Amino acid sequence: MHREGMVSIWFFIGALLSIYGVLILGTGIYEWNSPPPTVRADLHAAVWWGALLIALGAIYLYRFAPGKGNK
Amino acid sequence: MYCFYDNLVHAITVAGAPAFLLQRASSRLITLSGVDLAIIICYFAAVLGIGFYLKRFTKTGEDFFLAGREMTAWIAGLSFLAANLGSLELMGWAGAAYQYGILATHWYWVGAIPAMLFLGLVMMPFYYISKTHSVPGYLKLRYGEPARVFSAVSFGFMTVLMSGINMFAMAKIMNVVLGWDMHLSIWVSSITVAVYVGLGGLLSAIFNEVLQFVLIWLGALLISIIGLIETGGWNGMVARIHQNFPGADYTHLWSTLGSFSDNPMGIHWVGIVLGLGWVISFGYWTTDFLVVQRVISAKDLRSAKMAPIIGSAFKMCVPFIVILPGLLGLAVLGPHALLPENIAKDIPGAHSYNDVLPMMLIRYCGPGLLGLGVTALIAGFMSGMAGNVSAFTTVWTYDIYRALIRKNASDAHYVSVGRWCTILGVLVSIGAAYLVMEFKSIMDYVQALFSFFIAPLFGAVILGMLWKRATAHGGFWGLLAGTVSSISMWAWVKLDPTALRYVALSPKAKDMAENMYRALWSWTICVVVTVVVSLLTKPKTKADLQGLVYGCTDLPSEGDLKLYQRPIFWAAIVAVVFVALQVIFW
Repeated sequence: MHREGMVSIWFFIGALLSIYGVLILGTGIYEWNSPPPTVRADLHAAVWWGALLIALGAIYLYRFAPGKGNK
Repeated sequence: MYCFYDNLVHAITVAGAPAFLLQRASSRLITLSGVDLAIIICYFAAVLGIGFYLKRFTKTGEDFFLAGREMTAWIAGLSFLAANLGSLELMGWAGAAYQYGILATHWYWVGAIPAMLFLGLVMMPFYYISKTHSVPGYLKLRYGEPARVFSAVSFGFMTVLMSGINMFAMAKIMNVVLGWDMHLSIWVSSITVAVYVGLGGLLSAIFNEVLQFVLIWLGALLISIIGLIETGGWNGMVARIHQNFPGADYTHLWSTLGSFSDNPMGIHWVGIVLGLGWVISFGYWTTDFLVVQRVISAKDLRSAKMAPIIGSAFKMCVPFIVILPGLLGLAVLGPHALLPENIAKDIPGAHSYNDVLPMMLIRYCGPGLLGLGVTALIAGFMSGMAGNVSAFTTVWTYDIYRALIRKNASDAHYVSVGRWCTILGVLVSIGAAYLVMEFKSIMDYVQALFSFFIAPLFGAVILGMLWKRATAHGGFWGLLAGTVSSISMWAWVKLDPTALRYVALSPKAKDMAENMYRALWSWTICVVVTVVVSLLTKPKTKADLQGLVYGCTDLPSEGDLKLYQRPIFWAAIVAVVFVALQVIFW
C-alpha cells in the first residue's frame, strides 16, 4: 500500500504482537516455579514464545512506524 | 458403545496425557484463563480498530470493492492464502491427518500448488489486463451478459450458503471446545466481520486477513514444535505411529496410492491427480472469486502474478501447522483416542477426529499460549467469513445490482449499496447458519455445491482465456450444461444409489470420490458443449478479444527485469521445492 498518510498493516501487526508478547511472557515468568499441567512444561514455552513475539513486534513497530515511509 | 469410551480413556492414559485432560474430556475441551480472554479481546479490538481506521481511506468504488488496486504482491499473496485458511480448514484437515495420515497433505500440495502457479503465470494477465472487477465480470467481457448473470447468481448463492454453513460449524466447535453459547458465537463473530468489512470494504478485509494470517501461524506453530520435541523429531514421530498402528501406513504420500486398498483413504493415485489435482484444484484456485478477488487488487501486473506465487510458497508450508499436529496426534494420543464424528457424538465425553487440533493445543499450551491458539482458530474463521462476504458484496453490487437493477448510478451510490450489501450478506449467512442448525442434513450436500458451480465455471473460463474461437453462445451454453448436468447427476444418485457405478465409476465410491468424479464430468460436459456450440456459431473478431484471450493480447514483456524479479523465476523455485517434497515424502 502506498496511500498517503496510511499506517502500514505491518505496524498494526507489530503492535498486537508486542501486546501479546508481554502478556504471554509475563504469564510464563509468573508460572516459572509452578508451570501449567501440560506436556513438556519444563520447556517454559510461554517464556521464549512470548519473548519471540515481543522481538517480532518490536521489529515491525520500528521498521513500519508511521512517518518512516515504509508502507 | 461404551467400549469406545473405554478405549478413549485407555488410549489417553497409555499415551501419558495429563490428568486434567481426562477431566476436561468429560465436558468442554478447553477452559480459558483471564490472560487467554485478554488476548482474545485484544484481537477483536484490533480487527474492529483497523476497520474504523480504514474507513477514511475507502471513498470510491475502486477502494471499497478492489482495495484501490494498490496491494503489494506480499499483501495480496498473504491475503489470497488467508481467505482460504479458515478455521474449519485448520481443524478439519488436522482431523483428516489423524484419520488418513499424511495423505491429507495432497490437498495442500498437488491439490493447490500447480493451480496457484498456473493462476499467477497464465491466467492472471487476463484477469488483470481486462480490468475486470470480478470473475463474472470477466465472463461478461468474454461471453456476454447471460454468462455473467448466470455465474454471478450461482456464485452469490453458493457463497452465502457456504458462509452460513461455516458459521454454524464454527459455532458448534466453539461450543464443544470452549463451551461457548452457539448463538453468542454466531452473532459476535458475524457482527464483528460485518462492521469491519462494511466500514473498510475489501481494504479492511485484506488488512485483517494479513493480521489473521500472522496470528494463525504464531498460534498454531508451537503445537508442531513442542510435539516434535516430545516425539524426538520426525523419525521419532514416525516410529511411534508405526508402533501404535502396526501394518498401517500413515506416513507415505504416494507409495500407497497404487491400489485402493493399500492406503487409509481408499483412493487411487488417478483420483488424486485428475480429480483433485486438476478439476477441483484448478477450479477453486483459478476461478473462485473468493480467492481471485485478493489477487485482482494488486497494484500492477507483476504484483498480481507474484501474489499467487508467494501464496503458493506459504501454502506448501501450511501442512507444518495443520497436517503435522494430526500426525503428532497419531503418535502421542494413539489408536482410538479420537473417533469418527458419527460415533463420537453419541458417546458422552468422547471427541472426534476434528478435535485433534484443540486437543493437541491443550496438551502443549498453558495459559496465554492457549489464548493465542484459540485466537488463531477465531482468526481463521473470521478471515474465511470476511472473504466470503467481501466477494459476495462485489459480485452482488457489480454483477447483479448494477447489471440488472440500476445501471447508471453514481460511484458513491454503489459504495453505499456495497456497505448495505455487506450487512445483508452477513444477515443472510446467519439465516443460512440457523437453517443448517434446524436441518443438519444440508451439511451433507454442501460439498456437492462445488461440483455444481465451480467445476463448469473453470471449463468456461479456461476456454475463454486460451481458445479464441470460443463464442458467447458456446460459453453460456457450456456453463449451463455443465451446471445442469452436475445437479442432475447428484439428483440421480440420490434417487437411485445404484447410479453411483456410472457417475463415480464404482458402486463403492465414497462421497469425496463421488464429488470428484461429478466435478470431472461436469467440467468435461461444459468443455465439450462450449467447443461444439462455438464451432457452430459466429466467432468474435480479434479486436473484440483484445486483453481477454491468449493470442489476442499484448502481454507486457518482462525482459527488462532482472532474473530474480521475474515471476517465472520464483514459480520455478516453488515448483522445484514442490517436486522435491513429493520425492522426500514419497
